[in-house]
Amino acid sequence: MTDTTTQLMDAPGQSPESAGDVAIQNYTINFGPQHPAAHGVLRLVMEMDGEVIERIDPHVGLLHRGTEKLCEYKTYTQALPYMDRLDYCSPLCMEHSFVLAVEKLLDLEVPIRAQYLRVFFAELTRICNHMLNLGSHVMDVGAMTPNLWMFEIREDCMGFFERMSGARMHHNYLRPGGVHQDVPLKLLTDIADWLDTRLPQLFGDAISLVAENRIFKQRNVDIAIVSREDALKWGFSGPMIRAAGLPWDLRKSQPYDVYDRMEFDVPVGTRGDCYDRFMVRVEEVWQSARIMKQCLNEMPEGPIASMDRKVVPPKRAEMKRSMEALIHHFKLYTEGFHVPAGEVYVATESPKGEFGIYMVSDGSNKPYRVKIRPTAFSHLQAMDFMSRGHMLADTTAILGAMDIVFGECDR
Amino acid sequence: MKAPAPRYAVNDGVIDVATAAIGAALIESQDKVGEVTLTVTRDGLIGAMTALRDTPGLEYQQLMEIAGVDYPEREERFDVCYHLLSVTRNHRLRVRVTASEETPVPSVTGLWPVANWLEREVYDMFGVLFDGHPDLRRILTDYGFRGHPFRKDFPLTGFVELRYSEEAKRVVYEPVKLAQDFRNFEFMSPWEGAQYVLPGDEKAAAAAPAAPPPAKPEAKGAPTPLDADRIVRADDAKAPGPQATEAKVTETPADTGAGKADPGNKASEKPADPDVVPSKDGGQNQ
Repeated sequence: MTDTTTQLMDAPGQSPESAGDVAIQNYTINFGPQHPAAHGVLRLVMEMDGEVIERIDPHVGLLHRGTEKLCEYKTYTQALPYMDRLDYCSPLCMEHSFVLAVEKLLDLEVPIRAQYLRVFFAELTRICNHMLNLGSHVMDVGAMTPNLWMFEIREDCMGFFERMSGARMHHNYLRPGGVHQDVPLKLLTDIADWLDTRLPQLFGDAISLVAENRIFKQRNVDIAIVSREDALKWGFSGPMIRAAGLPWDLRKSQPYDVYDRMEFDVPVGTRGDCYDRFMVRVEEVWQSARIMKQCLNEMPEGPIASMDRKVVPPKRAEMKRSMEALIHHFKLYTEGFHVPAGEVYVATESPKGEFGIYMVSDGSNKPYRVKIRPTAFSHLQAMDFMSRGHMLADTTAILGAMDIVFGECDR
Repeated sequence: MKAPAPRYAVNDGVIDVATAAIGAALIESQDKVGEVTLTVTRDGLIGAMTALRDTPGLEYQQLMEIAGVDYPEREERFDVCYHLLSVTRNHRLRVRVTASEETPVPSVTGLWPVANWLEREVYDMFGVLFDGHPDLRRILTDYGFRGHPFRKDFPLTGFVELRYSEEAKRVVYEPVKLAQDFRNFEFMSPWEGAQYVLPGDEKAAAAAPAAPPPAKPEAKGAPTPLDADRIVRADDAKAPGPQATEAKVTETPADTGAGKADPGNKASEKPADPDVVPSKDGGQNQ
């Protein structure tokens, strides 16, 4: 059929049609920006040859809110909650990069319990994020039940987050120098029980429905294969680069906080297709649970934030008794702390890949420039070459396996 | 380093190897806050990037990020920072070039296809031009957007806003109307470099005209007074007024300059008969 089309294009004057041939012309369709499988406000301008994708031009930016510019007008503490609103499926991991960048500029020591708490809840966030992504991925290719079961887990996670910080989604829990508040012991024991009972049950059941399912495999195996070279060239990270066969995990290779104390495995794919990406995430959930259990075993008692009173405000009770504490509290919540001039690029392993913050400080109480390195930007850009030659229906599988959230992509 | 930031391979020797590989294109190299930054010339960017990617011992296979920074006071106001990552050596590196609005930066899309969108973003947000980019159009801002929003001289509130118009039955664009003036509180301590004039402090600045405060963008709704010397200069343009020769006193009412008392400014006469109120024209009762 393509041959006929090219012939038609080349020689418009002649009529090479023989009996039974139908001339088909390329046409363009719009996928989104209002489409349930677009995972947000994505507009794909697709050039189709019949049902085969010839070219995709993704239009992003419909959720652009100027987070980076807003941060320039806020003190470091005030800019932190904006991070939650980037990738709203894994808010804590967004905060993680930000606070690490500020701490690197300040060269601030963080108490060990705070580091454990950060790692612990970052991994819970990873589980929570993967529940949404895996669930919506299987739903995009036609299965309903696993999504419902995984949302059950997600709901549990939300409950834990609420007990941790008071907020289900936008936690604003991490702070430069530590975390905002300590968690009650009961919360930790409840999560420990949950890791032993609810998570393996629900998640194991949900995955058992799809992992070996014939239809699911037909929709995902050998779809959008990415080679190692391509993964490097296109700036892939996270599960996307691991599925391509590169054992690259920032938690392992560039450990931050107490990840160097953790024992966990980095799953890699063998074929680099959508099915591998899915299974890498499935295994990551189990590994995250493993890290969380180690955190629970090893987490020491102690302070949960740096004792540097020029950065971390005192507790309210202390403020009521000490004049010094009152002054510090006032200054930190009006003026904020000053960060020495300099620039850093700090990247952490968010559930979706490398999430980086490039921060330029001019020595004042507000960042001069905050550049957010979204994971989705490079992945979505590869959409064109990944889906070329595939069918229209594969688009949803490819998108689902990319794990894109537009709050982060568009910033 | 005390901070628990990501720890990768040490920077030792990286600058030496990179200097040898890049050669004359390198302007400056620094190792600050544990991160290596190489500043290269615009013309030598492609050569430097190719060397950094392909030289054994450097091997920066991945381009993770291109970040623009705006320094409006500089002649070449933009920094374009490329963040490279080596997965084999586990190291990160920053390459910086400077640019102005007119001078294009060579595009690295030929080396890393991922640079396509990253350069489009820098172009969209800062207006930096990329020479050799296959498809340099806006990416994050609205269709038909004007200006480059991340420049420091672009206001945070922007210039246009859009809403759904019930009359026109479509989305319409209008100039930004703020129900409340944009407030940017400056909480910095004055002795730590805050650059603003507190209400009432303008007199102190006027008393010392030798050092006028540097020109600053005025906060909307709270105009700071003009420089004191500028007001004097405006008066000088006119003819000089009469000069005072003796000290001004107010010993007598004449000295005050108040003039004579208004004759009409007296208590009115009492009517002769309290029952008869005189009307103005002499009414029929009188």
